[in-house]
Amino acid sequence: MSKDTLMLKMRKSLWGWAGLVIFLVGVLALSVYPVNAQQPTPSDDDVNRVAKQMYCPVCENIPLDVCPTQACAQWRELIRLKLSEGLTDEEIRQYFAEQYGDRVLDVPPARGLNWLVYVLPPLFLLGGIWIVVRVLRSMRSPLAAMNVSTRGDETLPNPNEDPYLARIEEELRRREKEGK
Amino acid sequence: MLANIGFGVLVVSFITSVYGIVASVIGIRKNSLAWVESARKAMQITFPLISIVALAIILLLVTGQYQVQYVYNVTSSTMPLYLKITALWGGQAGSLVFWSWLMSAFTTAVTLRKWDRDREFLPWVILVGLITLTFFLALIIFFENPFVRFWVSASGNQIIAMFPPEGAAPLIPADGRGLNPLLRHPGMVIHPPMLYLGFVSFVIPYAFGVAALITGRTDDRWIRITRRWTLVAWLFLSLGLVLGSRWAYDVLGWGGYWAWDPVENAAFMPWLTGTAFLHSVMIQEKRGLFKRWNMILIILTYVLVIFGTFLTRSGVLSSVHSFAQSAIGPMFFGFIALSMILSVWLLIWRWQILHSEGTMHSLLSREALFLLNNLLFMGILAVVFWGTVYPLISELFTGQKVTVGPAFYERSAGPLFAGLLLLMGIAPLSAWGHSTVKTLGKALWKPALAALAVVVAVFAGGVRNPWALMGFLFVALVVFITLFEYYRGVRARRHRTGENWLSALINLMGRNRRRYGGYIIHLGVVLMALGIIGIEMFQTETQGTIPPGGSLKLGPYEVTFNRLDIFDAADGRNVARATVLVSKDGRTLAELHPRRDLYIDTMQPMTIPGVRSTIEDDLYVLLVDWQPISSTGVTFKIYHNPLINWLWIGGFVFILGTLVAAWPDRDPQPVPVTARRGQVVPSSSSGD
Repeated sequence: MSKDTLMLKMRKSLWGWAGLVIFLVGVLALSVYPVNAQQPTPSDDDVNRVAKQMYCPVCENIPLDVCPTQACAQWRELIRLKLSEGLTDEEIRQYFAEQYGDRVLDVPPARGLNWLVYVLPPLFLLGGIWIVVRVLRSMRSPLAAMNVSTRGDETLPNPNEDPYLARIEEELRRREKEGK
Repeated sequence: MLANIGFGVLVVSFITSVYGIVASVIGIRKNSLAWVESARKAMQITFPLISIVALAIILLLVTGQYQVQYVYNVTSSTMPLYLKITALWGGQAGSLVFWSWLMSAFTTAVTLRKWDRDREFLPWVILVGLITLTFFLALIIFFENPFVRFWVSASGNQIIAMFPPEGAAPLIPADGRGLNPLLRHPGMVIHPPMLYLGFVSFVIPYAFGVAALITGRTDDRWIRITRRWTLVAWLFLSLGLVLGSRWAYDVLGWGGYWAWDPVENAAFMPWLTGTAFLHSVMIQEKRGLFKRWNMILIILTYVLVIFGTFLTRSGVLSSVHSFAQSAIGPMFFGFIALSMILSVWLLIWRWQILHSEGTMHSLLSREALFLLNNLLFMGILAVVFWGTVYPLISELFTGQKVTVGPAFYERSAGPLFAGLLLLMGIAPLSAWGHSTVKTLGKALWKPALAALAVVVAVFAGGVRNPWALMGFLFVALVVFITLFEYYRGVRARRHRTGENWLSALINLMGRNRRRYGGYIIHLGVVLMALGIIGIEMFQTETQGTIPPGGSLKLGPYEVTFNRLDIFDAADGRNVARATVLVSKDGRTLAELHPRRDLYIDTMQPMTIPGVRSTIEDDLYVLLVDWQPISSTGVTFKIYHNPLINWLWIGGFVFILGTLVAAWPDRDPQPVPVTARRGQVVPSSSSGD
């Protein structure tokens, strides 16, 4: 074996030892310092932020971020991929809607017939308010309204409907007048 | 043999039920007490008969008679005894039998009361009860027979039939498929029965409402008779909803308690109308107003009960509850339509005699505020109903399936819930008949100031979310007003009787259970609201993958992964069970075991959280995924749910309040008092 070959072998061996030492120090360092979550990029929280607003069409009404099936796990990975490609949350939602239909979105997009989802309940409430106002107007007796007393005991139940309570309230009023 | 007996008795129940309908119709037409009594007897017989049917199914389930298709579908030899028994309501056919059994129990109970004063209602109540019961029995016999069995024909084909075709031999599977994994939980013992009880018991006030319409006796007698029935129905339905929420929180692994799932909504809708009804009937009792509205509410409640059962049973909508689906949807749809048409027709027929006896004097009177309360309940109902059925409408007209998720409901119904909370605070201070801004303001300003002080303290504590602050304001307002109402009553009683505080409180509540039970219910609701505000507005979450010894941080908490055990359980599950340590500020608080159960026979996974609960918050840890430990480690999802336990505490208080309100009164001592409406009323203000 020539001297050069020997030196080369020794140098390789030294590098090998050095590498081993660095590895061991690294392992020791990792075991001494606390190991926190290995967050891929984008993180699971980023993925769940988008997935929370989506549903898998296969699973029954379970949001994508918590669905335990393999299919949903794959969708979440696809979201991660899209996020890493720089798509915004809304662009990703639209991507899935185009691929799999509006059903994957947590609320129907406000277009076409879907407007009914957003318009009808407020209209119903307005209709209810209109009916209530009409009923109140038709039932309200002007004479009775004029006779409304402003006595301090107006907050109490009508004594005629509950004699027992009326006795309690009467007692209370008397005590208050007496300053007790 | 047992299956034949069960089916035979089922058929006899159906025939008895049909006979009861015929007898009551004849009794009505001929005005014959004998026929009505015969119908009553027929109704009373249905209960023991359907009890035998239910018992037969339970015996088949417990003894593992897998030749019976229903037994094969919902049980397996590895299931514990309690789940085998509760499998009675774990599948379609059995749950319909259970529904009918409860229904027959309630209708039988109502016929056992004294009818001397209300004889004219009796045949109609029997008729409505038996028509509903007959519909369900017909569904069971003709569409969802729980006693059909497996057979093998001479040519080797598998046949499912009640009786063996010629030459066929019994086919007996070695084991059953087992109950749906979602249902293998102790909650199965109590949640479905409570919901069913709530559903069926609302049939009773509806039956009386229909009887009142038909007989033309539209005073508040039918309301007084059914007040306690309605409260009991409401109690069971409320219990069912609260228990269902808790079950979802414990089992479904989404970190929440309510997902606005179509079947959850199906149970929530009759609760909304039932709650509106409970408030609205008080207006009729006290002031003789809104008779039409009360009829509309009880009709709506009944129809929504059937609609709720239809949604659960038809599988027409996607739901986590889709373990019970079949083709009985059209039958339900037809029954709902028929009930609705007949009820509306009756209402229109009697519209004129259902006029109000009094007038509304003030927009701030208690009846006006109750009306506003009803409006808000109906607004929430509109949101929930429309959100639930819109996916069907969309698919029908556009062919496009859509999802209406929690975001829609929370945005649309949230402000209405806030309005209800505010009304809950103000209404008790308002007087029946009339109130003014001045009188209401005078009663309100002190509790309002105290509530404002609470909000200022919360704000100083760092809470900046305006919706949360508003929620806390309303919660504090209701609590202060309710406690003040108690204080006023107890103080007055103490002065009059000289009792100590505790005795005065007990006696005060005992003498007016409806009022003070109602206040406890209000307290329960605001405590629940506190929990809802906490989880809806302050929930935080994180997810990450960590090796053994690694940790995830969420707020002040640190979750350290210790180890993962994977093993096969005796009941057919493959279990992956993690051990994690929860610490806060360096101090270990708890060891949790989130796990993933894979039911091998159906390959259905279940995510069971590990939860550390305190009065302040929950730390809710889910095992999401795992890789071989040598590579990447285990993925956990962690939720921090502040104040969530107040939701369950509030639920408990709520139920307690309903029990107080529904508890039978002690024998009242009638004291003649001349009432405003020229009537003589007893000293107790409670109903029947």
